[in-house]
Formats: sequence, C-alpha cells, structure tokens
Amino acid sequence: MSKKSYEEINCKIQKGEAVVMTAEEVLALVAEQGVKKAAQKVDVVTTGTFGPMCSSGAFLNFGHSDPPIRMNKVWLNDVPAYAGIAAVDAYIGATEYSETRPNYGGAHVIEELIAGNDVRLKAVSYGTDCYPRKEIETMINKDSLNESFLFNPRNAYQNYAAATNSTNKILHTYMGVLLPKFGNITYSTAGQLSPLLNDPYLRTIGIGTRIFLGGTEGYVAWNGTQHNPSKPRNDKGIPLTPAATLSLVGDLKAMSPQYIRAAVYKNYGISLFVGLGIPIPILDEEMMNFVSIRDEDISTTIFDYGVAERSRPALKTVTYAQLRSGLVELNGKKIRTAPLSSLFKARDIAQTLKERIQTGQFLLSSPVAPLPSSAKINPLEIKE
Amino acid sequence: MKNERVTLIFSAERYGIPITYHLVKDFDLRINILKAEITPGEEGYLLLDLEGSEENLENALQFLRKENIKVRTANKQIVLDKDACVHCGACTAVCFSQAMVMNPATWEVEFHSEKCIVCGLCIDACPTLSIRKGYSSPTDDE
Repeated sequence: MSKKSYEEINCKIQKGEAVVMTAEEVLALVAEQGVKKAAQKVDVVTTGTFGPMCSSGAFLNFGHSDPPIRMNKVWLNDVPAYAGIAAVDAYIGATEYSETRPNYGGAHVIEELIAGNDVRLKAVSYGTDCYPRKEIETMINKDSLNESFLFNPRNAYQNYAAATNSTNKILHTYMGVLLPKFGNITYSTAGQLSPLLNDPYLRTIGIGTRIFLGGTEGYVAWNGTQHNPSKPRNDKGIPLTPAATLSLVGDLKAMSPQYIRAAVYKNYGISLFVGLGIPIPILDEEMMNFVSIRDEDISTTIFDYGVAERSRPALKTVTYAQLRSGLVELNGKKIRTAPLSSLFKARDIAQTLKERIQTGQFLLSSPVAPLPSSAKINPLEIKE
Repeated sequence: MKNERVTLIFSAERYGIPITYHLVKDFDLRINILKAEITPGEEGYLLLDLEGSEENLENALQFLRKENIKVRTANKQIVLDKDACVHCGACTAVCFSQAMVMNPATWEVEFHSEKCIVCGLCIDACPTLSIRKGYSSPTDDE
C-alpha cells in the first residue's frame, strides 16, 4: 500500500505538480479506477460548505483614542459587541441584534467590515485614572482596525438534522420556514462535498489544520463547542446525527463578502453564512476511501420541529441523495425538500481551494494535535 | 389588446358562480388558469392571465367585484436579486407553486415568474433579503 507524507504532498504543490480534485470530481475517478489507483493518482481532495453558522463572530481591536478610553460597553452600527475584555478589544457575535434597526445584526456588521464599509463605533466607560475618557463615537473600517479576526466557536457541523413540522401552523425556525402539516422538509449540509463528512474520524483535521475560511486562509483553532464524535455511525463511518464540530479562526481583513454573508431568519434571528473549505491529503488508501463517500452513503434524521422540546421526535432516517432528489416520502406522503446551505457556493469554494493548491498558493499543514475522538454532551439541568 | 394577471379570491359561498364561463362568454376574454386552489368550506383562489380589449377587461373586473370576488391585480411581482442571492434554497422550501426551484445540475435558484402567484412567502424565507415585491407591467415587458 503506497503512502504519502504531508511533506511529499507539499513538495508537489510547490512544484505545481500536485493532483488535486474536488470531493465531487474524485467520485468519477474512484468509480472508474477504484480506490487503490485513485489513491496513487490523487494528492489532495478539496471539500467545501457554505451554510448558516450561528456560532460565529469576530474579535476586533479598535486602537486607542486620545485621551484613551477603557471601553465598557461597545456598539457597532447600534449592535452591541462584548467588551468585557481589554480596553479597546471587543467581540462582535454574529447573532446579536441591532438595538435600532430590524433585520440587522452582528453578522451584517461583520459583512460590512469585510466589504470595507465604514461602521459607527460607540463606546461608553466609567473612566479610570489611566483611561479618563467616558464616551466615544466615531467611524471605523477594516483599515482603521488593528487586529480583526473571525473566531467562530462552532462551525462545520459534521452532518446535521433535517426538519419538518407536524403542527397546524407555519413555523419560523433556524431550519427555515417550515410549512404546516408536514408541508416541507429542510436540510443543511453540503453532503458529499462537506468537509467533516470526507474525513469522518478526523484523521487529517486537527488543531492547526490550514483551511479556506471566508475566502482566505484560516486555521482550525480547537474542536468546536458541542463537538461529539461519539455519535452512532453507519458502516461507512459517517455519523447519523450532528457529531464533530470545529472552532475556526481567520483574518477578517483578508476575507471576501463573496464567502461570508449575513443571514436573517424571520422571527428567529440573525446568522452568518460561513464559506469554508478543507483540503484532505490523500495519505493512503484509507483516506481515498473516506473521500469517496457519496450522498447515498450519508444519512441524516428528519426531526419534528413542531415539538418544542430538547428531544424532538425522530421521524425517519434518509440519505442526502433522497433529500437532494426534491421529494422524500414520510407517512406515506411525498414531501418536498429544500436545502438551506448553498451547494452552488460549496462547489465554488472546493473549486477555488483546488485552484489555489494547484497553483502553489495554498500548502497543507498536518495537525499540531488531534481533536478529541470521544465526548459526552451535558444537557443543562434546571436546579433550585 | 391588453394582458392582466389577476388573483381571484372567493369565499365558500361564491363557489356556485361559473366564473371562467362568464369571463369568456360575456366579456370575450382569453383566459389562462395558472393556479387554482380550493379548500372545501374555506377560501379559494384562482390565478389567471386575462387577455382582451381594455374595455372588456375593465368590465370583467367590475363584474367580479360585484359578485363579491376579491380581485388582486398581480402587477406587483416577485423580483429575485440574482447578485445578492447565495443560492441556499430556503425560498424553495416555501414556494408551493414551484416558481422558485433549485436547478438540479447547478444548484442555483431559478425563478419562473410565470408560475409565481405572488404569495410572498419566499420574501420572508430569504435569509439574504434578496427577494422583494416590485412593480412591473406585463405589457411593458413585451
């Protein structure tokens, strides 16, 4: 069995000789030539996803005014940012709502900063001996900021639930608008192109893995919150329910509004479309086997979002091939399905990442440390 | 000749009227039924393209209103901003007339305005606020 190291692959990338394919393109090669030959031929397989990822936000450093202020509360375009860190540092969370403007929130502020727009900064303080100023109002943009980097505590969910609605009323959820009486089913992953589904046991994805984030290079910082690789898996090793997650970091200033977009879910709230892609090094046949999964190999569970409880009733297990077909049978009735994450954009990301690797602009990095391979998620119990 | 796209909304008591018969026979209109939904005992609606002389069209709409049928002229149309759209597909989840659909090859959102009944559900469903109701005159488009 032939094996390749990260160094060998990077050497080929630097010489412009690496064979790179997207996780969709490689399927035809594997079908035609088999896993063994494909593993010898291909060096890197690129993945991509572009979906709403609420657990996202950015750390910003505004620089010091004269006289200086120890910012106690901060607003950006009237969206509160968390200022409970050092004097002129703040974290703007994607889902935070504007206090004055409907359908506008932290995600929009992030999008505007990436686009290079001016954003109104307001801050107040109690004033200290070393930071006497008590309030400030000014305009900032990505050029005036010092550091500004996205730090997303939970992105890239490995698989996600599908949603439907058994009730008699229309539901506005983070899974989109769910029509009454099982009127539709929504789902949200890039399926066979999705990063963590192409390396189900996270053999090549760990702390320090270089990734495509929002149009630029980013890194895996840690496992994401609610990371749970201990979920039941199918015979291909694919978790049947939401499992592993990643915490990601990347330079906001180098990102593009093409790959980071604000999202508004009516009567639910604000979220952020995060464009992310992960290159999978084909170190050996096992890795080629992992990346050759197809939508028909990946299953998820349809849950009834009409039941507003922690454990929603699981109605049916379906494959992404079935969901992508546009119709899924549930209780003897054919129900229309719709995606919530953009496969069109996911393909663009996998393709763009592929081109960057092919042209030597993007090198692979081996993980500094692996992510936890098992976990237990605690519920929040209500105690007296 | 003039074209008009209208939605007729009628209550259960008005089901007895042969609307399309009257529109053709009495007002000499060419009608094309784009969408019809009638729930027994509840409200029903009919989305029609009407074509005829200006006078006949005007008289036909007056007749409908006299019969207590609500007439909504669909000169307001759904407009999809293709540049702002990220092709997530959230709008296709709510579009039961299948005017907003995913292209199964490219996975781009496609808008087929001829199927649209201007219900507006897609406007609420679109996370990037790329869909709005805009005015357009069908005769101007030709």
